[in-house]
Amino acid sequence: MVEVGRHPNIELITLGEVLKVEGEPGNFTATIKKKPRYVDETKCIACGECVKKCPKKVPDPYNAGLVKRKAIYVQYEQAVPLKYAIDPEHCLKFTKDKCGNCEKECPTGAIDYGQKEETIKINIGAVILSSGFTPFNPSKYDNYQYSNFKNVVTAMEFERILSASGPTQGEVLTIGKEPREPKKIAWLQCVGSRDINRTQNEYCSSVCCMYAVKESLIAKEHLGKDFEPSIFFMDMRAHGKDFERYYERAKAEGVKFIRSRVHTITEDPQTKALRLGYVTEDGKMQNEDFDMVVLSIGMTADASTHEIADNLGIKLNRYNFVKTSDLLPVSTSRDGIYTAGVIQGCKDIPQSVVEASAAACYAGIKLSDVRGSLVKEKKFPSEADIKDQSPRIGIFVCNCGANIGGIADVKSIVEYAKTLPNVQYVTENLFTCSQDTQTNMSEIIKENKLNRIVVAACTPRTHEPLFQETLRNAGLNPYLFEMANIRNQCTWVHSKEKEKATAKAKELVKMSAARASLLEAIPDISVGVTNKAMVAGGGVSGITAALSLASQGFFTTIVEKSDKLGGAAKHIAKTSNQEDVQTFLLDLIEKANNHPNIEVLLNAEVADASGFVGNFETNLIHNGEEKTLSHGIGIIATGGEASNTDEYLYGKNDRVTKWNEFEEAFEKADNPQNIVFIQCVGSRDKKRPYCSRVCCTSSIMKALKVKKKSPDTNVYILYRDIRTYGEKERLYKEARKIGVIFIRYTLENKPVVTSGKDYLEVKVFDPVLQVNLLIEADLINLVTAIKPSDNKKLAAAYKLSVNEDNFFMEAHAKLRPVDFTTDGVFVCGSAHYPKPIEESIAQAMAAASRATTILSKSSIKISPLVSSVDKEKCIGCGLCVEVCSFAAIILEDIEGKGLRAKNIGASCKGCGLCAASCPQKAIDMLHFKEKQIVASIQAAA
Amino acid sequence: MSRKKEQKTIGAVMVVGGGIVGMQSALDLADSGFYVYLVEKSSSIGGAMASLDKTFPTNDCAM
Repeated sequence: MVEVGRHPNIELITLGEVLKVEGEPGNFTATIKKKPRYVDETKCIACGECVKKCPKKVPDPYNAGLVKRKAIYVQYEQAVPLKYAIDPEHCLKFTKDKCGNCEKECPTGAIDYGQKEETIKINIGAVILSSGFTPFNPSKYDNYQYSNFKNVVTAMEFERILSASGPTQGEVLTIGKEPREPKKIAWLQCVGSRDINRTQNEYCSSVCCMYAVKESLIAKEHLGKDFEPSIFFMDMRAHGKDFERYYERAKAEGVKFIRSRVHTITEDPQTKALRLGYVTEDGKMQNEDFDMVVLSIGMTADASTHEIADNLGIKLNRYNFVKTSDLLPVSTSRDGIYTAGVIQGCKDIPQSVVEASAAACYAGIKLSDVRGSLVKEKKFPSEADIKDQSPRIGIFVCNCGANIGGIADVKSIVEYAKTLPNVQYVTENLFTCSQDTQTNMSEIIKENKLNRIVVAACTPRTHEPLFQETLRNAGLNPYLFEMANIRNQCTWVHSKEKEKATAKAKELVKMSAARASLLEAIPDISVGVTNKAMVAGGGVSGITAALSLASQGFFTTIVEKSDKLGGAAKHIAKTSNQEDVQTFLLDLIEKANNHPNIEVLLNAEVADASGFVGNFETNLIHNGEEKTLSHGIGIIATGGEASNTDEYLYGKNDRVTKWNEFEEAFEKADNPQNIVFIQCVGSRDKKRPYCSRVCCTSSIMKALKVKKKSPDTNVYILYRDIRTYGEKERLYKEARKIGVIFIRYTLENKPVVTSGKDYLEVKVFDPVLQVNLLIEADLINLVTAIKPSDNKKLAAAYKLSVNEDNFFMEAHAKLRPVDFTTDGVFVCGSAHYPKPIEESIAQAMAAASRATTILSKSSIKISPLVSSVDKEKCIGCGLCVEVCSFAAIILEDIEGKGLRAKNIGASCKGCGLCAASCPQKAIDMLHFKEKQIVASIQAAA
Repeated sequence: MSRKKEQKTIGAVMVVGGGIVGMQSALDLADSGFYVYLVEKSSSIGGAMASLDKTFPTNDCAM
């Protein structure tokens, strides 16, 4: 968020609404209505004085309406931009022309009741729609009793109850006159999802199962051992990476999973206990009391999506989400307008982030000819060389309105600071962060020839980059700067002890000044970039990624292990929306083979690699011969494959088939009476405790095909949970309607297959009828687990990690789903986790987008806060190499000295592990050198 | 590349919606040579994810 707010090439238009987009792809004009904030953003310093005196309380949407905020507000403490806004629908100045307190209180004169709505026109080449969803509103559905009983809450409300920044500071309490810790909480799944009785939402919202499991586990962490969480569900949809493990962990930690839909909720008028009526799977009526009920509400299309669609002339799908297709997963019906996230269908955070990058990739391809034409770069004067100068420290002490000055005695801090060693200049500012103070500071630095700066104010987390920029403007290196946090860590926490707060502030300033004296200028690190790419794997993901890069002018080599392109998609006929995969795949292969910027190496494999982001050298074995590639980035798209099995007579009886072997067997079969699909063969068990994600949908599609061709054939699907997430739920509904029979089995009571004379006997226990069924099957199809391709060599070559199931591990499960911790290498497709073709395409585009952020530059800047090795002290023990997770430190042989550690700045994250582990103290972290830290500590002693 | 084409195509993108998705799109584009207008209907960016407590399976803080 902060990165977005500070990016020189991202302009935020808050309180904005798009009215229309005219023109052609590549050259649109958008008209935007910008509502007034009634607060001048250039003046507001977010001190919060206005809020204290605002008399009007308004339900707080950030806390899901659980508490109130004021009519002048910031959405939450970390908001970007951190500028207040007035809600004119509630503010007394606007509703009754009274009050005006905020204007009187504001120390910077930022309140402006006269601001008017503006219409802005902007010129753009492409548009990305990503305005999200609305949580389902359960208030009008009386079966959930949400409007009647206080302790029936939505999952979004419960999320805030759990949060440390929420209304109860994370303490889980019942709602009412006498809040108490709940002993029992029930989560009700599929509220507003998979429900055509009471709502129109037949789709699955995809995320509720997992967030309910998460909320139940975190509630258990808060409430302890005796707390009893129960989740009422239909199918537990843990279809994402590492989700199944999380589900199993919840079971092990005592979360109760009850397969039932609650029919009635009543409240005991005295005890306020909520009584839930439900029927167990074996048909028994049950009543159980709970202290709270959490409704796992689904996601619905936001009302604004309709407006956006009308205004922009794009189509919506049957559920009012923006319409896309499987093979063009982020394209809308209008060329040049792309879409990502839940605005185009229910999905979780990682998939949304993947689509975000994919949409950026499409826009980038469209506009690649004019890349760099409109970007701005900040220019700074050249830096003064201060190496031989003695320290001349300038200290700026901030009043921060009443925040600091109201508690600590700023004048005496200033006087004290003047007495500290090396200090040349000290002053006091009302608001050090305000625009005019920044300009002043710059002048003061130059006039007084200051070469180290200390700001005693708030937190470096939000303000350090701003002050560092001021240093740059004054011709100083930005690392000659230090902050003393005398607000958050002092006056805020000691507001009732004024004298002690002043004394502590002085100590903090003393520590900062001591460290500042020893700070050194650190030059930027910049490394050149080889503008070429290497893609490992020539399936749909690999080719899509390669084409995306090649069409933007980056030469790309596809390294494919087998003798042809195409990968696993060769076996897939249609996507879940009945789009033709084979035509698409042939076209993709042809494009790759004929693209001037693509080199296809078949029968090729990566042997090893060296280098770092922007500069990799990879050694390949191509047709038995060695070959070396130089490239700036790598994309891993090595896919997965159906695993083998010896269960259920596979390999022993021809009637038992696996995955796509089914089609041929079905063609050959003579009027089959009974066909059985067995799900989760080798998935979700001890050996592979993960869900293969694609199998439920695949079997249902096959079953539908059979039923449509041969309506009299009985089709049985033996499953554990049906996981047709998102809009795939429609296929499940259709299958049940057409007469496909679904029978649930458990891992403890698996189906048993034996050979009969002319058929196979399948014995399975039906949990609804509570009897053993015997099916005389003509044909059985097993959907075996999808496992990753052998990836040991690749993982070793680029220092990539894999998870327990051998799928490649991304840098962050939610926020960086295509990046690795190794910079410059990206992952996509089933090498990351089993996924359907539309998700692989999106992830391949996302990988290309992330790669483009590197390839589009001739050199990249890297944080210079890295480790540095003193080669005289180093004894070459190699301990640092062992502890480094980023392959950022290596041993090199120095003639006459032997092995010595060497830092690779481009790979180093500055974590400091190497420095901490070095027995010789030969490694120091730049900007956090031991002498600097020790000086600061000694000043405090 | 013809001069005419250079004038016609605009190296800027409008992203509508400042949640986690809009922010990721904006950053990717701004980091690869495009100017981005990020249009958000509320007073600050962050979207739905800013309200979440922790995220599974890692139980990381959503903020």
